[in-house]
Amino acid sequence: MELFKLIVEWLSILAIPVIILFFLGFGYVKKVKVYEKFVEGAKEGFNVGVKIIPYLVAMLVAIAMFRASGAMEVLTDIVKPITNLIGMPSEVLPMAIMRPLSGSGSLGVMTELMNNFGVDSLIGFISSTMFGSTETTFYVVAVYFGAINVYKTRYAIPAGLLADAAGLITAVLVCRALF
Amino acid sequence: MLNHIWLWMIILSILIAGGKDIYNEMTSDSADSEVVTDKNLNETTYLGKITNAVIESAGVAVKLAIGLIGVMALWLGLMKVAEEAGIIKIIARIVRPITRRLFPGIPKDHPAIGAMIMNISANMLGLSNAATPLGLKAMEELDKLNPEKGKATDDMITFLVINTSAITLIPATAIAIRASLGSANPQQIILPSIIAASMATIVGVTTVKIIQFVQNKRKRSQSVKNGGKA
Repeated sequence: MELFKLIVEWLSILAIPVIILFFLGFGYVKKVKVYEKFVEGAKEGFNVGVKIIPYLVAMLVAIAMFRASGAMEVLTDIVKPITNLIGMPSEVLPMAIMRPLSGSGSLGVMTELMNNFGVDSLIGFISSTMFGSTETTFYVVAVYFGAINVYKTRYAIPAGLLADAAGLITAVLVCRALF
Repeated sequence: MLNHIWLWMIILSILIAGGKDIYNEMTSDSADSEVVTDKNLNETTYLGKITNAVIESAGVAVKLAIGLIGVMALWLGLMKVAEEAGIIKIIARIVRPITRRLFPGIPKDHPAIGAMIMNISANMLGLSNAATPLGLKAMEELDKLNPEKGKATDDMITFLVINTSAITLIPATAIAIRASLGSANPQQIILPSIIAASMATIVGVTTVKIIQFVQNKRKRSQSVKNGGKA
């Protein structure tokens, strides 16, 4: 595990410098006007950022309202009987609900849980595994579809949430088995 | 779909907050409630909290989007050079055996494939600053193949689901927080995280493939029927 971590850490540090060097170097060899083309591509950056704004405002406002309203506790009470069946400690349920909604929110919940119950407790393990294994689905949907002005998302959210649920449940089962 | 989810999230939030405020008001004695009115209602009531949250999060959304512009420009620039040099095509050719099955709607050697692979690799390495711009570049390329603008294609959704259940080899943020809270072994969550994320990816991809299979079958049988009538 130590070696694996070392390798991945070095890969992460090397990745960007190597990619930049490789792209530009390869482009130079292929006689691409690297500076000109870089600037041409980069121009689009601003448009993408601006295009996302309405989608992100809509999504983040709804999520912020949901969090501020105390709806979380209501939802926790509703889902609790189901999650008890798979042996999920009810303390980590808010983490599971928050994870697909908000990155900063779930970071806060995870930190609080580890503070209250101990970093190396079962609850600590489960909540940090949950944080490490899934993404904030709602944010990704808003940004990725927003960038290309797609508002009919079809089955993207249900499928994404189902994947999240599978990841969250697996986190509980694996942590219970290992720790 | 998103229309309903979004609307109900907002409606339920307001109803629940209102309900909680009324309940709190009724259960506290009148003497107390007078004291409460002296306080800042924005902080003591759920509806007040919602009001604050709406305004604050709208600002946060813009800050996040603006914050993306720099890295976005950087990666779009690099990707443009890579495209001109033919690197993106080479990447697409290498991973073709896998992507052909996952994304049947994308022609071979299409730049979307190169961008998607780079996005997934960046996610695996935990390079979120690079992952988002590359992912958006991929979406842009996928949208070029979209016959009905404004509506997500099957390939877009497959990509998105892989993305949201992204496997990160080293969940750096979670490890850092565990370390700061004095864990005896902060890295212990690496393996469980990889297992959980793999499971999420497997379930996600299976789900979208089943939905796509069923919908395509229905579409095909419908077009056969229509063809018969005509």
